[in-house]
Amino acid sequence: MAIESEVLVVGGGLAGLTSALAAAREGADVRLVSYKQSSLRHASGLVDLLGYTSDGEGPIVDPYAAMPGLPDDHPYRTVGVETVREAMALFDNVTDYRGDHTDANALVPTHGGTIKPTARYPAGAAAGLASDDRNVLLVGIESMTDFDAPQAAAHLEAAGVPFDVRGETIRFPGDLRADAKVTRYAKLLDANGEVAVRGRTRGARDALAERVNTVHGNEQRVGFPAVLGDQRTDAVRGALEDRIGTDVFEVPMGPPSLPGLRLEEALFEALEESGASVETGNPVVDFDAEGGEIETVYIEKNGALIPNRADQYVLATGGLVGKGIESDRDSVREPVFDCHVAHADDRYEWFDGDAFGDHPFAQFGVETDETLRPLAADGRVEFENLRAAGSVLGGYDFAAEKSGSGVSIATGYVAGNTAATEVR
Amino acid sequence: MSDTEPQTDFDPIEPNTGREFEPVDVFPATEEFDLRPGADSCFKCSACDTSCPVAEVDDDFPGPKFQGPEQWRLKRREGHEIDDSVMSCSNCMRCDDACPSGVPLSQMHNTARGEYVEEQMSKTSVEYWRNRVLSNYRTSAFLASKVPRLANVTMNFGPARWLMEKTMGVTAEREFPAFASTTFREWWAERGGADESRRRARAHRERRGLDRDADKRVAYFHGCYSNYNTTEVGKAMVRVYERYGYEVVAPEQKCSGTPMFANGMLADARRHAEVNVSSMADLVEQGYDAIASCTSCSMALRQEYPELFDIDGIETVAANTFESIEYLRIHEDLKADVREARVSGDLAREFAYHAPCHARNQGLERQSVELFGDLEGAGIEDVGDSCSGISGTYGWKEEKYETSMAIGEEMFDHMAAADGEVGMTECPTCAMQMEHGTGYEIRHPLELLEEALVENPRSEP
Repeated sequence: MAIESEVLVVGGGLAGLTSALAAAREGADVRLVSYKQSSLRHASGLVDLLGYTSDGEGPIVDPYAAMPGLPDDHPYRTVGVETVREAMALFDNVTDYRGDHTDANALVPTHGGTIKPTARYPAGAAAGLASDDRNVLLVGIESMTDFDAPQAAAHLEAAGVPFDVRGETIRFPGDLRADAKVTRYAKLLDANGEVAVRGRTRGARDALAERVNTVHGNEQRVGFPAVLGDQRTDAVRGALEDRIGTDVFEVPMGPPSLPGLRLEEALFEALEESGASVETGNPVVDFDAEGGEIETVYIEKNGALIPNRADQYVLATGGLVGKGIESDRDSVREPVFDCHVAHADDRYEWFDGDAFGDHPFAQFGVETDETLRPLAADGRVEFENLRAAGSVLGGYDFAAEKSGSGVSIATGYVAGNTAATEVR
Repeated sequence: MSDTEPQTDFDPIEPNTGREFEPVDVFPATEEFDLRPGADSCFKCSACDTSCPVAEVDDDFPGPKFQGPEQWRLKRREGHEIDDSVMSCSNCMRCDDACPSGVPLSQMHNTARGEYVEEQMSKTSVEYWRNRVLSNYRTSAFLASKVPRLANVTMNFGPARWLMEKTMGVTAEREFPAFASTTFREWWAERGGADESRRRARAHRERRGLDRDADKRVAYFHGCYSNYNTTEVGKAMVRVYERYGYEVVAPEQKCSGTPMFANGMLADARRHAEVNVSSMADLVEQGYDAIASCTSCSMALRQEYPELFDIDGIETVAANTFESIEYLRIHEDLKADVREARVSGDLAREFAYHAPCHARNQGLERQSVELFGDLEGAGIEDVGDSCSGISGTYGWKEEKYETSMAIGEEMFDHMAAADGEVGMTECPTCAMQMEHGTGYEIRHPLELLEEALVENPRSEP
């Protein structure tokens, strides 16, 4: 026997979750397996489609309009612009994100004080948009060295934002450790837990607002690092808005990221509602194939190999960072199904001498046919029933283009949908 | 490399080319596991910190990244002591599951905690003895089971509990679990032991049209709690397995060691592990698989044993140990059978299900919800991914009680919001916490599975 499903998705990031959701919503019996907890907690929680062209031009105003101009082997070209729109509609349907009222990119200030062109942003970031001309106060927390508010404000000024922006650093109320985790701040604000301020105890939300009020001038909106609650972010933000008397927004942070965690939770919840089954914590280490089709994959649990069998498979294991693509000094490979990954024989050709140059390694990944089936070196389909989605795909540089989330959602959607259609 | 070194054919890219390479020849043999590769794999992404239930509420706890790779590096230095905050780690092991680089965090924590207790904790302190008594629950339970009625009364006698809190630091807030009047093993022996199980398994095989002598044999690791307290879980395991044609044996066993790891009592844990491994290894050799109904027991046998001890046969036992429902899900068409079944009576309820952290780490966090979602007559709802907060002996310590309840609050809220007013979980101590925080009765998934699949389960004594 084996644990059976119609569609088996390997990988629990944005691409894996989207493909499982898409397949389940098409009525397929879906199972998602992920080695570790989702990589979404490393992501900012912003959902970008395309911020810059492959040649580095931008920021792009309308990502959909720019897609047809991308190179032929870019994943967006493989799936087509209309499909990207359908995929984003699925994403909008299962999350409470903003930005779907327009095709144009939103400009969201980051914790480094840069402006990121992005297609969707969490509700909590909405009041922070750089296209808004209201003045901004950025509030940094002394112990959170990832966000230097005065420096971020200076960066934004230098970038020419159409408003005045000022940064202030405060101490977070209460006796938190200098290295308190982002989840500690979030939990305290979620629970409105009691903190001691000059011998008096009060709710953390009140105490934080009072500290901000001592440095707040006449700015109409106030930005915080993204730690304003985990389960009850709307309530936390609302309470701060009440007590400060302005709009409040969160500035997306680097890893580990609460907006990423919240998105992870929303997508897993949607997946559970769709009826798909989920297992995390153990890697896929082996598979059987017969007649050009994958028959069974094996999940390893402390030395035991657990067979999982499906009709259709989706590979969504991530790229070089997510370890869906691995490299050593000799070669670059896709470790689960050993799909072909094109790369130069000489590893000195894998990178550019310029640190911010055009690195070939950034585009390492599997090549596919038009239905996202990985191709072998000779151009034949590797397995009839395997599709790939997300950063395991080659042919695009998500970091330079700001296209990581969009490609994951679009290709995940296509892989999941196609797999579900195949089993019908 | 210095120019004065002799020329060799050593190739730094392929250091082993052309000769036999034995790592033990390079470094002196040591009893300790080398955690250096794990420490080196940490790239400080802090994913582990975001998964830590203690760091979320406890302002004195520096989190798993510190407890693991950072403390490990610090203590390489001569004279550096283990930070006492390692005793505030609850050993939920969630950080293992969070790490994208495979850093063996819980192994590091267990090793550091063991070293701390061994070398830094006073052996005459109340804390040491309190922890030792708590982690040797099997001994207390064994004694209590000799006089279960008396134990049930005295263990929850107010003045006695007040005294225990004041002198031992065992919180008076919690109620001790009730001891069964007949232990699982007593019931098992009375019933006829392995011979009777073989007879019943064969009867079921014949009924199912299987080969009468099919090779379906499992060794049940019931653990302490199913033996002394929730014996109905152990009995359910036996009946469900026999129904599928499995012969069950209940070999000699001691505590899995879970509470001992969490208290840094590694010598105690090892003594128990040796018995368990020796029992199970012989059986595995003969074709049995080891089955546990407590997810912390299966976690210990699968992961902590090979990570912490070097005992003959330990890897084989780890690779052949399974959680009870997981095993049936792999080998039988459990889903279809549950879909065709219906339950009525006592267990025809809505259940608020909590996945124990240790189940989560074995990939079992959705198993019960997925399985029972199709069961007619009962409903099940997942109360979310928060930790219950009790973590075995942790929540029993007077100084950890508040932290334990603060962690549990999210689960209590979600349980209150769920439709069901009966709880369900695989872990005995999660069950204590669920009951403590909500007042709900808590059942084990095996009990519901038995109700769904076994005809008249209570027809035997």
